Amino acid sequence: MYSFSGKLKITAIVLMVIGILGVGWGFLNTPSTVEEAKEIVAHNSANDSHGAAASHGDSHADTHHDASHDEHVFHQLQNRPWSAIYVAIFFFMMLSLGVLAFYAIQHVAQAGWSIVLFRVMEAITAYLPVGAVILFVFLVLSSMHMNHVFAWMNPELLDPSSDSFDQLLYDKKGYLNVPFFLARALIYIVGWILYRRYARKQTLALDNAVEGNLTHYKKLMGASAAFLVFFLISESMMSWDWLMSIDHHWFSTLYGWYVFAGMFVSGITTIALVTIYLKSKGYLEIVNDSHLHDLAKFMFGFSIFWTYLWFSQFMLIWYANIPEEVTYYVQRFEEIRLPFFAMVVMNFVFPILLLMNSDYKRLPWFIVIAGIVVLVGHYIDVYVLITPGSVGDQWKFISPEVIGSALFFLGLFILVVFNALTKAPLNIKGNPFLKESEHFHY
Amino acid sequence: MSSKVIQAMYNDDDILMSAVKETRAAHHHIEEVYTPFPVHGLDKAMGLAPTRIAITAFMYGLTGLAVSIWMMNYIMIEDWPQNIGGKPSFSYIENMPAFVPIMFEMTVFFAAHLMVITFYMRSKLWPFKKAENPDPRTTDDMFVMEVALEGDEKELTSFLEKTGAVEIKITEKH
Repeated sequence: MYSFSGKLKITAIVLMVIGILGVGWGFLNTPSTVEEAKEIVAHNSANDSHGAAASHGDSHADTHHDASHDEHVFHQLQNRPWSAIYVAIFFFMMLSLGVLAFYAIQHVAQAGWSIVLFRVMEAITAYLPVGAVILFVFLVLSSMHMNHVFAWMNPELLDPSSDSFDQLLYDKKGYLNVPFFLARALIYIVGWILYRRYARKQTLALDNAVEGNLTHYKKLMGASAAFLVFFLISESMMSWDWLMSIDHHWFSTLYGWYVFAGMFVSGITTIALVTIYLKSKGYLEIVNDSHLHDLAKFMFGFSIFWTYLWFSQFMLIWYANIPEEVTYYVQRFEEIRLPFFAMVVMNFVFPILLLMNSDYKRLPWFIVIAGIVVLVGHYIDVYVLITPGSVGDQWKFISPEVIGSALFFLGLFILVVFNALTKAPLNIKGNPFLKESEHFHY
Repeated sequence: MSSKVIQAMYNDDDILMSAVKETRAAHHHIEEVYTPFPVHGLDKAMGLAPTRIAITAFMYGLTGLAVSIWMMNYIMIEDWPQNIGGKPSFSYIENMPAFVPIMFEMTVFFAAHLMVITFYMRSKLWPFKKAENPDPRTTDDMFVMEVALEGDEKELTSFLEKTGAVEIKITEKH
């Protein structure tokens, strides 16, 4: 049995406290009137020593911008802390969801090698109910107009008599309306949580089952297969609902896969990092370097898969050059260029160079370095998916609210995951392929 | 030095593996092992040096990448620039996204083909080469371990029999 060390618990709580302070700072520094927003923007451009930004500031002084623009910037600034929290909520929920999908695949494929890691995966997916419920609360708050992260929720856009009437959005309102949106979210979340509870119950029952009793094992496999069908549909729709709808005029048919690839690689990286941490504390003695090698291979492979999808989506839109599609990338190239390209380097160049060599995939410290870069890279990826649509050019990555919300949810994630690890023996029993996993060597 | 070898035949890869380990532990020199299919972990059990084919693959891949960059620049920019889909090809960097699939394919093409050629050269295989395996059954269901014959012939024969060999032959080394 694993016991949650006090040191780690305190670290997690400290992270959460720092996180709350950062997010609180973010909310306190949000303008409450349009005048305050104008002041902040003027202040920011005056402080900037950059030539281009300075000239940008001059145009503000010329009262070049009209009132509607000021109002727009005001809303963007108000969105900033909300958007930062949403990135963190989604990212950590995505880690456990990716692990849940990976876990289900292991059961369906009757994989032999990964059995000794099941308890680690189950612990990581224990965050899913927490994270998904927080995410649902956020969506409810958004639909109550506490924030404008989802601009399409504004009823004015659907009012034909309004100045800001949006015909394109009006055409989509059969799908993109608040009640249906929340109902869908509820269905996905309930479906995922039900599978996760059921699977956990079955592996615990398998631990205590008499030898040779395979009923729990078979039930687990059937449930996992059904879950994967549900997951692939719900994950794709979830990505349209929770991420793509932020840029509600834009669409990409590849989007669900793209989000999935990021989710999967970050989830596997999390498994590797938690496993290495537990091993360094003397637990999981049957996990050998071949298991780590396999996890690192998955990290390497899915990093490249993610890049493939990232590039495929970009290249088709770039080549076709259709205005309604290309605006998405124009905005990212012009307004958020540095994080946009930095995350491609972190998610592609780093893993491909660090993890290409077979021997390096067996070195724990090497996996840790590559894993941290990959996780931060995918955090920035989620940030780049959400922020341009909700905050526009008012984004600020190195700010207390962005780092604070990341730290808060990291702390919460650690608390929930390591608490779940203490709930059951780390070494699984009763699986018919357990011997294969224990003697796994490459 | 003796030029005689003992050929011990096995009919199972697991038995062969343990025989190889025992023979090496008893300090007999294994000249070669012939198998009908690749046996996982045999190279380690025989104590062969790790393969360096991965390093060559990486270098071949880089070569392919470089060739594709040069090739696309020559074809699409220098030699015959065309206006494709409203994207005039006068600048390599502005048209680079269109060349990425070609870069990828050429990297894989070079790495794969040159790796196979390297493998053939290192294992001294070429078309019309005469087979080297001592017994035609090694291409079907038998495994042969060739051990250098040094010292007592009878002792080695009985040792190999104990490791599970189903047939033992003593021949001149070819």
